[in-house]
Amino acid sequence: MPVIEVTHLKKRYGDLVAVDDVSLTVEAGEIFGVLGPNGAGKTTTVECVAGLRVPDGGGVSVLGLDPRRDAAQLRQRVGVQLQESQLPDRLRVAEALELYASFYRNPADPAELIDKLGLGDKRNTAYKKLSGGQKQRLSIALALVGNPEIAILDELTTGLDPQARRDTWGLIEQVRDSGVTIVLVTHFMEEAERLCDRVAVIDRGRVVALDSPAGLVSAVAPEQRIRFRPSTPIDDRLLADLPEVSAVQRTGSQVVVTGTGELLHAVTSVLARHQIVAADLRLEQSTLDDAFVELTGHRPAN
Amino acid sequence: MHAFRNILRTEARLYLRDLPTLLTTIGLPTLILVVLGLVPSLRKPDPTFDGQTFVSYFAPSLLVVTLAMVGVNILPAVLATYRERGVLRRLATTPAHPAALLAAQLVLALAGILASALLLILVARLAFGVPFPRHPLGFTLAFILGTAALLALGLLVAAVARTTKAAQALAVPLFLVIMFFGGVYLPRFLLPDFVARIGDYTPPGVQALLDAWTGTPPQPLHLGIMAAIAVAAGAGAAKLFRWE
Repeated sequence: MPVIEVTHLKKRYGDLVAVDDVSLTVEAGEIFGVLGPNGAGKTTTVECVAGLRVPDGGGVSVLGLDPRRDAAQLRQRVGVQLQESQLPDRLRVAEALELYASFYRNPADPAELIDKLGLGDKRNTAYKKLSGGQKQRLSIALALVGNPEIAILDELTTGLDPQARRDTWGLIEQVRDSGVTIVLVTHFMEEAERLCDRVAVIDRGRVVALDSPAGLVSAVAPEQRIRFRPSTPIDDRLLADLPEVSAVQRTGSQVVVTGTGELLHAVTSVLARHQIVAADLRLEQSTLDDAFVELTGHRPAN
Repeated sequence: MHAFRNILRTEARLYLRDLPTLLTTIGLPTLILVVLGLVPSLRKPDPTFDGQTFVSYFAPSLLVVTLAMVGVNILPAVLATYRERGVLRRLATTPAHPAALLAAQLVLALAGILASALLLILVARLAFGVPFPRHPLGFTLAFILGTAALLALGLLVAAVARTTKAAQALAVPLFLVIMFFGGVYLPRFLLPDFVARIGDYTPPGVQALLDAWTGTPPQPLHLGIMAAIAVAAGAGAAKLFRWE
């Protein structure tokens, strides 16, 4: 059952077309990724979904409601974590959560949420004194304190160190497991690959692809590469004749086989038949990174 | 209402946590009064001031200090910071409206101004024999309108300034002008007459405060100008204010 439906969304700021034509649906209980280069229209799209901006055209429906007309209802049911949204320096963790909890009809228990997000020993710490990761976790907690059905998280892990990023990912998976639908705006491919059930790639205000991360990769950048060092010399043609193989190259003592489909199985079968042992065998598959470049012509940031 | 109350309580707590700023805001005019009051010659009646003491004559200018500090310095700085750091925007995603935060800041600014004025009037009376304002109604009116004009100017600064730095760039000259025409830097009897007359119409309208304090009803034109500034600046702020 879709909880968010966006149809032919348009939004411009003056002459700048931020969102040209975006359509997508988000299903209940999934982690939905919105990917794209900077300025592609990701944030504007989710801001229209959250009811923070008025679209110039197209339709947005969230939990069956209109984000503008039913704003009051929607704010009770959708939690939003915005990019670069901070808190007053002197506000303490527990105070922030208790204050925000008081805005909602049916809030989560702030104390429980603090523990769940690993901020238990920081509950009386001022915002200013928190580390980047702790601030980010507090920000997520504030998006969840109203017990939302949907959480929209924009640039969740930007500016975090790798460990904090991984911890945050674990947290998001927990939140999803508790039944919250999550819309994740990101430009980290690794993050999308790890977390998202489906992703929409947005470029220049349009959706250029919408699929699972694995589906995107195999559709857009299906090429695989196998590297190994054969134990005895091998005739290139043995491999090149396989239907799965598109090219065989050599770099020093290493053989590099490029191809698609069940490439690994095909190559290892041939090797086994000729009693050749493949030392240092490595399979390189395309990642979402490669698919992203293929789709948008941009390198993803970082 | 519920959200507003909780926001007000939280913001009040944040103010109380910043003790140096709080003490300066509320206590500085009284501190200056005490320092001046310790000079014996400033406590003698003087024909220059219609037979009042200098301390009495200068007290309304000291009211200007807190009004200017809170109205055009602290209020716009806090609001611009909240906007720049996305505090207002985050609030806009919740069932609470960011206007509740703005209202809470106004209430706190008023509370600070009021506390500072009461302290000044009380200390002036008890320590230096400056009588309580002799025209209480006129004084209250002049004080309310002067405060309203300055807070509205502060909101206008917060509305047009996109960043904290921009807010300061606007607020500092405004602050200096208000302090100068309010006779804080140079007592007004030392200013050329036309400068002092301009000061009559510069918020918060120190002449109206002085008149009412010494028992003359404030001139309607003085009060009218303050009301007009309050309404114009307030309307401008409401039209231009951005939540993000």
